[in-house]
Amino acid sequence: MIWLIALWGILVREALRFVRQRERFISALVRPMLWLLVFATGFRAALGVAITPPYATYITYEVYVLPGLIGMVQLFNGMQTSLSMVYDRETGSMRTLLTSPLPRWWLLASKLIAGTLVSVAQVYAFLLVAWMFGVTAPAWGYLTVLPALLLSGLMLGAAGLFLSSAIRQLENFAGVMNFVIFPAFFMSSALYPLWKIADSSPLLATIAGFNPFSHAVELIRFALYLQIEPVALAWVCGSLAVFAGLAILGYDPSRGLMPRRVIE
Amino acid sequence: MSIALQASGLGFAYGAGFALQAIDLTVAAGEFSVLLGPNGAGKSTLVCLLTRLFAPSSGDVAIGGHSLTRRPGKALEGLGVVFQQTTLDLDLSVVQNLRYAASLHGLAGRGAEARIAEELARVGLAECRDQPARRLSGGNRRKLELARALLHRPSLLICDEPTVGLDMPSRRALVAHVRSLCRDSGLAVLWTTHLMDEIEPDDQVVLIDRGRVRAADSAARLMAASGARDMEAAFTLLLGGDKR
Repeated sequence: MIWLIALWGILVREALRFVRQRERFISALVRPMLWLLVFATGFRAALGVAITPPYATYITYEVYVLPGLIGMVQLFNGMQTSLSMVYDRETGSMRTLLTSPLPRWWLLASKLIAGTLVSVAQVYAFLLVAWMFGVTAPAWGYLTVLPALLLSGLMLGAAGLFLSSAIRQLENFAGVMNFVIFPAFFMSSALYPLWKIADSSPLLATIAGFNPFSHAVELIRFALYLQIEPVALAWVCGSLAVFAGLAILGYDPSRGLMPRRVIE
Repeated sequence: MSIALQASGLGFAYGAGFALQAIDLTVAAGEFSVLLGPNGAGKSTLVCLLTRLFAPSSGDVAIGGHSLTRRPGKALEGLGVVFQQTTLDLDLSVVQNLRYAASLHGLAGRGAEARIAEELARVGLAECRDQPARRLSGGNRRKLELARALLHRPSLLICDEPTVGLDMPSRRALVAHVRSLCRDSGLAVLWTTHLMDEIEPDDQVVLIDRGRVRAADSAARLMAASGARDMEAAFTLLLGGDKR
């Protein structure tokens, strides 16, 4: 019961923060919409997408790129989790969290769950706007994608938590943008199918195949069409376990990087 | 008298150097203990060890008889902390800050609301409950942090230089308030400072410098032993200076 009370308290705090940060919500919507309405429209003529699972017919590029942009929303939100943890550490408010009597892994899990729920809310807001612009998925897909969104949100949030244990200062966050978000997004199947990448660069296709973000996007893509992609599911679950484990180690006072962070 | 805090053989190393070595420290219930030391002595690092933000390289800490290494949850249940740097979420309101802290100690619902109202009244912030913490003055932010640290009724309160940046009346009021809690409710207090006027003759003083305990006794006995006329002079003498 005590654990659930703490989880609820953390959820409420993150929700209050999210409501306060309207710019964060707006940018979470504007960013993928720009890609959808500007980038994808331009690419529509240049890039045809053949019939490959989970699609049963030829699709427009906007439809193809929709799961990738959902992944983008969650990727940015995961990094936002990282940013807010670093910010909390710099402003000192993380000490309130870490001196709670509850196990540290549970406190981190609660932060992760709260961040994931925020990212799922952002995704549904994006899907609504996309639907208003005529980019749709099967009606039931909006429901069946939810478990995939939760899993991918947890995985990307856990990656953010791990990064936050390794980032020294808020100023270093620009490096995260350059060295984590952009490579993760561009070297994935978010914008182009893997087979198409392989046509032009087998090496890039191999890298994209090992990129957990590619598998998060594919999990979302299949779930939107009421299907489960087992390889993507296994990759996302495995990556979630690895990132969460690393984050817990990173915040462990006896093994992690926290003492150095605080002293420096 | 029961022991609220016991640190034995506590050490902390980072990189090649030692930040703290062989620290022994005891605070009994109802006792106001002062951790005194110049800037850079290791006071804040010691507070991080006592609150489990860092893990010690050697030794252990027990709070209310529970080892911070082996039973951190039970130990931290009995601990309230006011850190040197403010740890409030300045964008949340006063009451939202307290609700968040209450939830981290498993307090919710009417029980939590009653405690929040009680603590706010005790520090005189009841009328500010819906104000954003950012709008509070420095003194009131400290009072709010104190209220937050006491919400779950800890047996030990650690205050890490809580009066830094406060004006004289706010400092005096804060120290007097914590002393009254100590006297009236048996709360054990570890108060770190480098300001001598916050120390009273009956206080237990632990003097640390360069990561080691240099002296530990009541303020009155330390002054007598050093032959100094006041605590500041005793402090200088005990650290190897000459200020008789």
